[in-house]
Amino acid sequence: MLSIQNIDVYYGAIHALKGISLDVTEGEIVTLIGANGAGKSTTLRTISGLLKPKSGKIVYEGKEIAGLPAQQIVGMGLSQVPEGRRIFANMTVMENLELGAYLRKDKENLAGDLKNVFAKFPRLEERKAQVAGTLSGGEQQMLAMGRALMSRPRLLLLDEPSMGLAPLLVKEIFSIIKEINEGGTTILLVEQNANMALSIADRAYVLETGRVILSGPAKELAASEEVRKAYLGG
Amino acid sequence: MDASSFLHQLVQQLINGISLGSIYALVALGYTMVYGIIKLINFAHGDIYMLGAYAGFFATTILKLSFLPALVFAMVVAAVAGIIIERLAYRPLRNAPRIAVLITAIGVSLLLEYGMMLFVTPQPRTFPAVFSATVYNFGGLIVNSQQVLILVTAVFLMVTLTYIVQKTMVGKAMRAVSYDMDAARLMGIDVDKVISYTFALGSALAAAAGVLVGVYYNSIDPLMGIMPGLKAFVAAVLGGIGILPGAMLGGVLLGVVEAMVSGFFSSTFRDAAAFAILIIILLFRPSGLLGKNIREKV
Repeated sequence: MLSIQNIDVYYGAIHALKGISLDVTEGEIVTLIGANGAGKSTTLRTISGLLKPKSGKIVYEGKEIAGLPAQQIVGMGLSQVPEGRRIFANMTVMENLELGAYLRKDKENLAGDLKNVFAKFPRLEERKAQVAGTLSGGEQQMLAMGRALMSRPRLLLLDEPSMGLAPLLVKEIFSIIKEINEGGTTILLVEQNANMALSIADRAYVLETGRVILSGPAKELAASEEVRKAYLGG
Repeated sequence: MDASSFLHQLVQQLINGISLGSIYALVALGYTMVYGIIKLINFAHGDIYMLGAYAGFFATTILKLSFLPALVFAMVVAAVAGIIIERLAYRPLRNAPRIAVLITAIGVSLLLEYGMMLFVTPQPRTFPAVFSATVYNFGGLIVNSQQVLILVTAVFLMVTLTYIVQKTMVGKAMRAVSYDMDAARLMGIDVDKVISYTFALGSALAAAAGVLVGVYYNSIDPLMGIMPGLKAFVAAVLGGIGILPGAMLGGVLLGVVEAMVSGFFSSTFRDAAAFAILIIILLFRPSGLLGKNIREKV
């Protein structure tokens, strides 16, 4: 479904991604783990079109998307829940969800999709008229995810959904991610919480300073001595 | 001055001030919208107001349009001009340092002022009387029909703008882009289009102000945009730049203060009063009356 081939990305003079390649097959949950600054978010930002790779290919559903404007990529069914949620804090929950559906042409299906989002995140329905900035961290994460779902993505990129959340909430968010995947959405998940990520993922890539250093089935990586030492706290 | 004539003067200047202030408010809205979305003080905005006044002038003199069609014509001309200016002058500098864009804006301003002189000569033109000026006298308070026209038009346009920004999808996209450009892109919003739209709306409002001023003062010239442009900028800062109700409030307040200064002291001080307000605001409340403490995004 998504195939990244040897991309190099620079932030000014900084060489952030050094020839990264990875694949995501339809129906999978794939996770990118690694330390801060390894290039996980940069990878997602590049896929979404917020950054342009200097070289390499990004092929999504058979089409080359590297260098396309971000709004066009969203229109192809590839959405991202960005790091730090990036909800529109000065707008209501409802307006945030409407913006998630900005490109949707099939307006007649929106009411049904909204219902599905509210079924997954009942708290959003209770707070739909509330200004998004007044939500708690967990609710903001739910809103960011609900907003992305409103575009009906076939591939959903999630960047650090557990950031800053209490352990119980992290569990809840991850079970919802699993549920979204079971509903037919392919997921590429970036996480610092490698334990959680490996527990729900099918496959994983380990990034270190802009390179893929390990990859394989999530279960194998979770059992590997090297990964456990470096990322799972022993 | 006894108490009753003082009160009379106060109310009279309040009327004059609100009508002048609603002109400032219309122009200030364009400043604040553009600032809200690309953090640019568009110093050419006052000249768009001048351009609108001329478009209205030619619409009434050459095309023989009446007031309302001429107003719409001027707004459309200015909107197109706004889009072209953004496309040619500002968009190529989207990732340039802010100071480069600011200097470009000053350049565009000079280009419009002196380019216009080339086409329409520097001579002031007399704006045709599109409205028969009726003077209403309410127990000594003088209100003329042009003041009513200004107020009604300005209020209508501000209500329409508020509706567009709050309720329509384009308005929501504008607010999203102004809050977080990258997050807006991830929603599928075409940021460049939204910026064009913002320039179009702001320019159309400035053009309406230009036509109204033409109707009110009967005289227009290629440099007429400089002072009102600066005043509208003061109004936008006074209300809190980037905040639409702030621009409306700031515009009306500034108009009222100027009218009071003209009425009770001398009209030679009114420009000084406007800029004194700017200095005071910058000293004591730099984020403006309705502004919150600005959170710098990293």
